[in-house]
Amino acid sequence: MTQAQNCLTKECSSTEKSREKVLNPWVDITETDDALILTADMPGVAEEDIDITFHDHVLTIEASKTESEHEGLKPYYVEHAAGRYLRRFKVTEEVQRDGIEATLKDGVLRLTLPKAQPVVAQKIKVLTA
Amino acid sequence: MLSTAFRRHWDPWQELNRLPDEMNRIFSGFSDAVRAGAQAFPPVNVYSGEDRLVVTAEVPGLSADDIDITVEGDALTIKGSRPAEELQENEKYHRRERGRGEFSRTLRLPFEVDASKTDAEYAQGVLTVVLHKPEESKPKKITVKRAS
Repeated sequence: MTQAQNCLTKECSSTEKSREKVLNPWVDITETDDALILTADMPGVAEEDIDITFHDHVLTIEASKTESEHEGLKPYYVEHAAGRYLRRFKVTEEVQRDGIEATLKDGVLRLTLPKAQPVVAQKIKVLTA
Repeated sequence: MLSTAFRRHWDPWQELNRLPDEMNRIFSGFSDAVRAGAQAFPPVNVYSGEDRLVVTAEVPGLSADDIDITVEGDALTIKGSRPAEELQENEKYHRRERGRGEFSRTLRLPFEVDASKTDAEYAQGVLTVVLHKPEESKPKKITVKRAS
């Protein structure tokens, strides 16, 4: 059966997707007094290709990476390829979800997760009966 | 030792589902085995055509001025430096995987190139170098004349 015939079925298309190469971007993570900062090397991606989600304390960074086409040329030596960048972290620190900021510059993603303000302990006055 | 153990304990970041990806790396062929191990930096691709070559290198986080490209005969050298990021006061690392410092990589190209015709571009952390074969080494078509 040819590849094309194979891919007429739905199952196949999902197999095709999962066969996409998963790439682990290298990351640095630092912490300051008021934020957690994640820096990830993701060369070859554009802003619109990045998906960042924060749900149930789980931060997921996903991005599809494409390789530029070179018309009339054949690959001679290959070390980097298209694929899907993926890293997932559980963040145990309380984070202000609405304050999360992301920037992408020269293939480096920088995420700032501001820490939630600590809850001020409330003093409860005991009344004497 | 103690400090490492302590660090682990309060690490606010816990990585999830990393293993399947590692498995993916291990099982998807030779190029990945190289990638997971001691891979040269930057990773490069070489595309070859009849009269030109395109070399792409993944060098995120640099500016075009930080990259030094030299061509000599059939050797291409890509050099640069990625400085360590300066931390703010009270900022500390939980994870530090990204490479830093100086790098240099020399590639042996499939043929000699004309250094004067080299073009380079840097976008999205990827360096693209276009190299051309010199005129004199291009195959020349010779027509056979009929002897009179």
